[in-house]
Amino acid sequence: MTDHSGKIQIKPASFKPVAAANVDEQEKISAPSLTFVQDALRRLRKNRAATVSLWLLLIIIMISVVSIWWTPSNPNAQNVAYANLPPKIGQGIPGFSGQANVGGRIVDKYAQAKVPKGTYFILGTDYLGRDLFSRLMKGVALSLLIGMLATLFDLVIGVPYGLISGWHGGRTDTIMQRIIEIISSIPNLVIVILMLLLFTPGLGSIVMAMGLTGWITMARLVRAETLTLKSQEYVLAARTLGESPIKIAIKHLIPNLSSTIIIQTMFSIPTAIFFEAFLSFIGIGIPAPNASLGTLLADGQKTFRFLPYQMWYPAAVISIIMIAFNLLADGLRDAFDPKTQE
Amino acid sequence: MGKYILKRIGYMILTLFIIATATFFLMKLMPGSPYANQAKMTTEQIKIMDQQYGLNKPIVQQYWIYMIGLLHGDFGTSFQFNNQPVSYLIASRIGPSMQIGLQAIILGTGLGILLGAIAAIRKNTWVDTVATFFAIIGRSIPNFVFAVILQFFLAFKLGLFPIALWDGFSSSILPTIALAMAPLATTARFMRTEMVDVLNSDYIELARAKGNSPWQTVAKHALRNSLIPVVTIIGPMAVDLMVGSMVVENIFSIPGIGEQFVKSITTNDYPTIMGLTILYSTMLVVVILIVDILYGLIDPRIRLSGSEAQN
Repeated sequence: MTDHSGKIQIKPASFKPVAAANVDEQEKISAPSLTFVQDALRRLRKNRAATVSLWLLLIIIMISVVSIWWTPSNPNAQNVAYANLPPKIGQGIPGFSGQANVGGRIVDKYAQAKVPKGTYFILGTDYLGRDLFSRLMKGVALSLLIGMLATLFDLVIGVPYGLISGWHGGRTDTIMQRIIEIISSIPNLVIVILMLLLFTPGLGSIVMAMGLTGWITMARLVRAETLTLKSQEYVLAARTLGESPIKIAIKHLIPNLSSTIIIQTMFSIPTAIFFEAFLSFIGIGIPAPNASLGTLLADGQKTFRFLPYQMWYPAAVISIIMIAFNLLADGLRDAFDPKTQE
Repeated sequence: MGKYILKRIGYMILTLFIIATATFFLMKLMPGSPYANQAKMTTEQIKIMDQQYGLNKPIVQQYWIYMIGLLHGDFGTSFQFNNQPVSYLIASRIGPSMQIGLQAIILGTGLGILLGAIAAIRKNTWVDTVATFFAIIGRSIPNFVFAVILQFFLAFKLGLFPIALWDGFSSSILPTIALAMAPLATTARFMRTEMVDVLNSDYIELARAKGNSPWQTVAKHALRNSLIPVVTIIGPMAVDLMVGSMVVENIFSIPGIGEQFVKSITTNDYPTIMGLTILYSTMLVVVILIVDILYGLIDPRIRLSGSEAQN
């Protein structure tokens, strides 16, 4: 219907009257109706950065699940004869050939250390001859475990705390909020450090400290949302009909809070991972000989003048994990709450 | 407003009291001995040492003495660092920390505001994408990784700055940049959202309709109004800076309180840990109070609803 100049020509003949009998058919919704979650997932899939992050994280999670049963070699086994070997995947691959520049000469470190042929350390070894790739695998698994526990605390403490505080209001709310205010006015790290001193340093005390402080933001968000949800008509109706508060919370409040909860857990995972790495980096986190991204980076940093590879891989891995989680969290927020997206 | 401030100060003192009490009793529960070679000491020697530090008195009395001392600015005596008073240790080390902290917050918020504003004005262009990308990098990559990267490339490879040394302004540049990344990212992100909101508002349209140029509108109307909410994130940012300073000071060997804190923890130096814990908490609580008051002063609309929300 376009003429030679490309303009659209509209003539009376372009219009066709619709048969009156078809009204019902016209009113039909042709697209499949989507639930809230389906709709959010559809929007998430459109966000390229978030999708890539999601896949990347899935791969990382799979690798670390594997590391529970299998690593290329024992991550804590020391072999000083093989200390500080550079990364090697094969002969002639730049950066992974097992050669190092010693005083201006290229030297095959693997030959020097008399490593049997066919034994490669993909990311090299550290100063005690431990396989860095295996240690990195274990470190990532630990980070993800910490992230999972942070989620658990968010859900088990933060959500009920916020719900109770917001639902009851009045004096209960004031006291509960005051407690939160006091806990949150102590720098998070100070609490963590006090916990580490009280218990022996290690996974247990880090988790304990997280349990004390990690859920605060979640509790605050849930409380604020509960305050507004509480006065919604459907909640009022449920109350009037004599529904018990627990049932109202499960049937009405939590479903409506779900996007807030999902988004906040996604943001607390990287925060928790950062905290563990941070504590291990300054030497009060995971004790030796166990590997954590923080200790690996701290060990690498000590020798970075001569053996920079020992620092770069942990640094790169922790950065990738943090960026991926943050991008995914951003993506989820935009997907669940399209209003925030301009 | 006066009543509101008084009430907030009251809560602040209560909070600090609880923190000091909790820290004191936690320290008493702690395993490990404050003396370096307790195994080699005779009971007699331990007794004398206990007497010297007042550790032989009943706990309640020790608590009372400690609290009274706190009111006079006396944090006790360090067990480890040449028996110096903790207050002296803090006083001699707070300078470098303050310098780096202030430099970082000025650099971070300044650049962050700029980056966020530009991203909002050039929304959905490549400028915006680049700015958002930087903000995500800054928010995601831990400050100690930044510190290590800066140290490796700028100090070690290029030799532009000292690697780990505290000597004048040039040695404060790298730690400042490493610490400023997180505030920069947070501010930029916040600023962008605010600015986008403000730019869509009616008064901006009016300002444009009056014949202001786009840049005039931004400078005179949009920037000011978007800055108000940014004030609120200074509190959390200050916390991040305090935490960050511990690790950054360690990496660059800066004689600040963050480095001291880490050292005290690894040596079980209770009085110093307690003193620094209380110091950190006080700084945090005061910063949050100041920010809240400032917020009420800057934007009178918030004052009423803000104080109501407190109840």
